[in-house]
Amino acid sequence: MTDSTTNQGLKSAFSRRAFMRGSGAVAATAALQTQQVAAEDKSSEIVSGQKTITLNVNRKDYSLRIEPRDTLLDVLRYKLDLTGAKPVSSDGSSGASTVMIDGKPKTASTTFAIACVGKRIVTAEGLDDKKVPEAFVKYDAQQCGFCTPGFVVALHAFLNKYPHATEDQIRQGLNGNICRCGTYANVIQAAVSVVKGGK
Amino acid sequence: MALQQDSKKPESKEYSWPSRDGAQVIGQALDRLDGMAKTTGAAKYTYDVNLKNQLIAMALGCPYAHCRIKSLDTRAAESVAGVVSVYVLPQGAVGSEIQWQGELLAVVAAESEGAAHEGVAALKLDVETLDVFVNEEDLDAAQGAGRTTRGGSKVELEREPGDDDDEDEFAELEMARLFEEADYTVEGYYGIDVITHCCLEPHGSTVVWEGDKLTAYLSTQNVSGTNDGFAGGLSTDEKTVTADEVEVICNYVGGGFGSKFAPDFWGIAAAQIAKNTGRPVKLMLTRDQELKIAGSRPSGYIHVKIGADKNGVVSIWDSHHWGTSGYRGGGVSQGVMPYVIRPKNYRRVATNVKTNNAQARAWRAPNHPQACALTQTAIDDLAAEMGKDSLDVFMANCQAGNIDSKHPQAAEVYMEELKIAARLMGWKDKWHPHGKGRARGSIVDGLGMALHTWGGVANDSTATVRVYPDGGVESFCGSQDVGTGTRTIIAQVLAETFGLGIKDVRVNIGSSKYPASGASGGSTTVGGVSESHRRASQDILRQLNGLVAKKLGVPAASLYASGGRIQSRSGKGMSWTEACRLLGLKPLEITNLYERFGGRDGLRATTDDMPSALSNEGVCGVQMAHAEVDRETGQVRMKKLVAVQDQGLVINPKTCKSQIYGAVVMGIHAALFEQRINDPSTGAFVNAEMSDYKLARLGDIGEIVVELYEPESERKRGVIGNGEPPVIAPTTAISNAVCNALGVRVPVIPLTPKRVLEALAAAGRA
Repeated sequence: MTDSTTNQGLKSAFSRRAFMRGSGAVAATAALQTQQVAAEDKSSEIVSGQKTITLNVNRKDYSLRIEPRDTLLDVLRYKLDLTGAKPVSSDGSSGASTVMIDGKPKTASTTFAIACVGKRIVTAEGLDDKKVPEAFVKYDAQQCGFCTPGFVVALHAFLNKYPHATEDQIRQGLNGNICRCGTYANVIQAAVSVVKGGK
Repeated sequence: MALQQDSKKPESKEYSWPSRDGAQVIGQALDRLDGMAKTTGAAKYTYDVNLKNQLIAMALGCPYAHCRIKSLDTRAAESVAGVVSVYVLPQGAVGSEIQWQGELLAVVAAESEGAAHEGVAALKLDVETLDVFVNEEDLDAAQGAGRTTRGGSKVELEREPGDDDDEDEFAELEMARLFEEADYTVEGYYGIDVITHCCLEPHGSTVVWEGDKLTAYLSTQNVSGTNDGFAGGLSTDEKTVTADEVEVICNYVGGGFGSKFAPDFWGIAAAQIAKNTGRPVKLMLTRDQELKIAGSRPSGYIHVKIGADKNGVVSIWDSHHWGTSGYRGGGVSQGVMPYVIRPKNYRRVATNVKTNNAQARAWRAPNHPQACALTQTAIDDLAAEMGKDSLDVFMANCQAGNIDSKHPQAAEVYMEELKIAARLMGWKDKWHPHGKGRARGSIVDGLGMALHTWGGVANDSTATVRVYPDGGVESFCGSQDVGTGTRTIIAQVLAETFGLGIKDVRVNIGSSKYPASGASGGSTTVGGVSESHRRASQDILRQLNGLVAKKLGVPAASLYASGGRIQSRSGKGMSWTEACRLLGLKPLEITNLYERFGGRDGLRATTDDMPSALSNEGVCGVQMAHAEVDRETGQVRMKKLVAVQDQGLVINPKTCKSQIYGAVVMGIHAALFEQRINDPSTGAFVNAEMSDYKLARLGDIGEIVVELYEPESERKRGVIGNGEPPVIAPTTAISNAVCNALGVRVPVIPLTPKRVLEALAAAGRA
């Protein structure tokens, strides 16, 4: 199983000139700063065919018939019709499928549903605190809106962890989510306003 | 039964906007009506529509950039558990020649995404590979491979040839003379690579048949214009499908940027599979297919020589540019060159290159961002050559009238906007001559600027507005919201007319069964929907005022709607609800068609002699960038970008500014990060995933300052679209800032670390 954390504002170690030269036109340090992929292996059980599991999503238990290959994103979207988490990149590099698992932001597209048994899953639909969504509306931190629920969850989780984050920390810490329409300036304004208590 | 009343052919003077002081809702920075639906995940995009018993369809994209199909064996795929249907597309037929990687060959429809994936993987493809060409920047190689066609040319000279002169010979001599007389000449090479649309919601649809009626949930910028696309695509010799049998629904669309105007052949395939299987089908492109086949912006590369006088006023321009729109050729139109800064004497020549890539689609402000990058980099290099402040050189060209813009008072507006932008940037304090700034370690910083223009005329739009006897207000329009804030804009227009709040009106968009409205392309939507809704609502108010006037015994002309009341200047009045009760039992419903360029006599709202007071076309716009560059790593970081933008009358400053913030960030995406990379030997599009197709992240944007330029002279022009214009200048402004920082031009955009280091090395400055 592979989890990917989306909200690590990591300083890249790969900033030397020789690396940049050698890495070809694809290289841009921003992306190197955005993702940290950590392998975890908690289960050795071999599962195949269909299996019934219980998932706790937005504070409710659901008994679900799934396949081991089903990602959490598939199950949320197709079995529970919770479509706030979006399928943008299967490797989690867009952050659009960000949900909270046991309070931590994870990309549902890189998380198997079967690995979430016994965990608390919260999606954009289930945030009990609406401060972040409301700030997104107030500062118009959305255009087409397709990345927005994932961004909202990522910011929500980030501010849970760093409730007094400075603007610099916000700029460092929210690089796991891509917005093609380019609403980042508005997202920063929304985030700063939440830290300041909605001002 | 609604009381139907078509408005008679209107006089344009019947429709107007309130003054700035008189406006109650127009001009207010209100929150988006659908904001909470989007942030909380309640908004249903096409990808999110799950229909009972639906099949999930996924397609096989051709792994080869140029090949001929020898066989496509579907048997193994058909036997995969969960696979219901394997549908071979015409392109997958034996003998078919494929011209770009990713082209869809066959579709597998299955009970789940997992089964569909497995089915696609089980398709067995055998091909004969053919030669590929993908490196359009290398013009000699393109010519050698027979991949070039002429893209047009034009020579414009102030002096006319004599009766006996050969025109070509005269042009050569006259241009030579102008270069000879120039105080400064600069020659340069510049370029800008292909980028893709990369919509976060990929292209696709979820479709269902009920008998002969097709409902297509389509991710589209063109709700009113895609039902006939489905109908035409589904019609056969035996059976004709007509547009009335199709309903296209799109309540939310996850990005379009000019690439989502049609159902596309994969939408038609989804509908056919749904018909064949009797089940709803969802077919969305995969991420790599979205990047490979669903839209790109043409590249452009240029050799240019310019001559200028001692003030930097360009007197002569001579250029040859080339690039590709993909397999069928095409490129950056020569018609927009040289861009905005256009001298009285110029020659432009364009060559188109064909490559093994899917054909380009309209990309936000087609041709303009590239033309800006191919023109105003050279203008900035002229300033560098002269050792002058770039702002002075751009300003001098405005003063000299070296301007080609769609704004009728362009030169003055650019100069005003330049002054505002310079103040907001702190330009004069931050300026240093090119390459002469003080370095902090390996970091240098610099300033750059660019100008743009766009039309932004209102598109054709029909709106039905209905007022109920209980005071309810509802509107219907086959428009869409690509991120513009269409619902909110419409609500503000209706609320303004009726003296209500935006939550007092119910706005319906997103269905092809609503009155037809134009596609959201070319910055036409806000203009179009505000035209149609203002017209229909003012028509309604006039009728309502007639009833109120009779009841109150006051002249109708003395009535106005404000604060939830219909009020007379004499002091008499009644509440909106009381006024609506005068309608009796039937709602009052009016449909108004705004059709600026339509040819249907009697329906045209405006003519050249009778322009609309509500909307207009032609904007300017100025952007200035402050960037820093690490000479050690080649990395460019944004410090600040200032965007000053006119767009006539602003209906909602909040959503309007959002468009500009977003456009600037899209410019940063393109300036520093994104590019299509093709492997030269196989033609493969090697970075067609989000992790490799680089886009700016939140930490990459620096400070962005947006200023809406809306003096009375602009406001009185009416509404003009602003979706396109602010995306044009940023890439060029950033390129110029990097050049100012380094004292070396990084010729081709995006300005990747590799290219920065190569440019420094080439200049002996590494």
